[in-house]
Amino acid sequence: MVAPGSRVLDIGCADGALLAHLAAEKGVDGRGMELSQAGVNACVRSGLSVIQGDADNDLATYPAGAFDYVVLSQTLQATRQPRQVLERLTRIGRRAIVSVPNFGYWRVRLGLLVTGRMPHSSLLDHSWYDTPNIHLCTIRDFLTLAAELGLVVEQAQMLDREGQPWRLKAESEAANWLAEQGVFLLRRAG
Amino acid sequence: MSLSETIHRANEAAAGKILVVDVPLTLESGAVLASYRIAYQTYGRLNADKSNAILVCHALTGDQFVADTHPITGKPGWWTTLIGPGLLIDTDRYFVICSNVLGGCLGTTGPKEANPATGQPWGLDFPVITIGDMVQAQVALIDHLGIDQLFCAIGGSMGGMQVLKWATAHPDRVFAAVPIATASRHSAQNIAFHEVGRQAIMADPDWCGGSYFLHDKRPERGLAVARMAAHITYLSELALHRKFGRNLQDRNAISYGFEADFQVESYLRHQGASFVERFDANSYLYITRATDYFDLAAEYGGQLAEAFRGGNVRYCVISFTSDWLYPTSESRVIVHALNAVAGNVSFVEIETDAGHDAFLLDEPEFFATLKGFIEGCARHRGLS
Repeated sequence: MVAPGSRVLDIGCADGALLAHLAAEKGVDGRGMELSQAGVNACVRSGLSVIQGDADNDLATYPAGAFDYVVLSQTLQATRQPRQVLERLTRIGRRAIVSVPNFGYWRVRLGLLVTGRMPHSSLLDHSWYDTPNIHLCTIRDFLTLAAELGLVVEQAQMLDREGQPWRLKAESEAANWLAEQGVFLLRRAG
Repeated sequence: MSLSETIHRANEAAAGKILVVDVPLTLESGAVLASYRIAYQTYGRLNADKSNAILVCHALTGDQFVADTHPITGKPGWWTTLIGPGLLIDTDRYFVICSNVLGGCLGTTGPKEANPATGQPWGLDFPVITIGDMVQAQVALIDHLGIDQLFCAIGGSMGGMQVLKWATAHPDRVFAAVPIATASRHSAQNIAFHEVGRQAIMADPDWCGGSYFLHDKRPERGLAVARMAAHITYLSELALHRKFGRNLQDRNAISYGFEADFQVESYLRHQGASFVERFDANSYLYITRATDYFDLAAEYGGQLAEAFRGGNVRYCVISFTSDWLYPTSESRVIVHALNAVAGNVSFVEIETDAGHDAFLLDEPEFFATLKGFIEGCARHRGLS
């Protein structure tokens, strides 16, 4: 989804693997943001430009259009203000790439239905009392919020349990049941 | 030999390399220094295209002896853990420069030096200097060394202020900048602590209105108190507690008097006493004032981000969790301002209980971060 030579901000960049990959393979001018000291230190140690910060607090300061792409991978559900974060992502990036775990995934739904306990899966692998994921949503919820914010979904990729692309339309009932996660390429309308 | 001549010669002998600049320097206050001297040390060799120079800026009471033995104290330089052959800042690869700041007291022109108009030490007739003035003097030194662009400017505390000034006033002359444990301006609390120190010096009868050299005196008690108060701000409460707690010094019971009963008292007295051996009281007044006056945003209409606009410098901002003198929030102000102009910035907060002084200590995570940043920059600069 990322064009060669572009400017990319990766939020929640962990040890910087994606940034390093994009820099090496696509000549991307990458920046990162990471919450954990260990992650930031690992990034800076390997020569990447990364700041310690989080999506809730540290996005407001960037100017509009500062980046070609802002990447938020599997993090939106852990923010305190996902709506505001999504707004800011699409303000500071000409495009945003956002991936979210699908709480409508059939295993999640079935888990809760059958066991009566909070769902566990590879993407949602915390106990209810120590999970960082506080704002979970389904594919349909996500698309609804994007529409409310006036965002255009340029591409949507549904992924299965193995992280393999699934040929499903994001808006479809099937996608909301079958995709374990969705990856969206977004931009502001107009 | 006159007193000022004696001081001058002693400085000359101790200060290492000295550059005499005869081009007048107009200070931010409007005063002009007709000529001035900059004492400095260098380590390693400048490469053929002069692209491997690292300027190290010292903190409030530091000096140019960053990586070799201090001529007065006989102790190792203040960053010998970092700078040297094969070390993190490898002098086999980089050319390291460190100069005594303007207003200092180890060879660079300051209140201790002779005023050309009178032949006597400047004392309080020395003009008030700023961080910007210090940087102007360093620019003259870098020009003299024939260096167009520093590979890196690096410094902690007041050194970090100089780094920020370098990178914003001369963005084309700095490839990378590392401001450590610093701020873009002093808080009221910072100024307050400095004022305590200055008042302690000025309250000492031996200060003699700043002209103590003329009376063959030195305000050692006042300067020692200033150092003691400042030293507390360099440490964290936890570090002080771990080091000393309420342990008694050389006794089993309290004395019901004002001796140094507690180890922490004895430690502070020692810090104060050893400081006066190597530092000048008037210099302390001038340099603390320079840091109090520092306000990077002020000349950009109060908008810090504007200071960074248009620059292409790669920044690595570093703070320490237990630093309450220049807390992480101050570093975040700088990072957010850089973000606001989409600057190239890395920011790391190092977890340590060592307080502000952590940047002078052996902090493995800090060193590893710094090493990675410098190596990353070296690759971009084609220095690998």
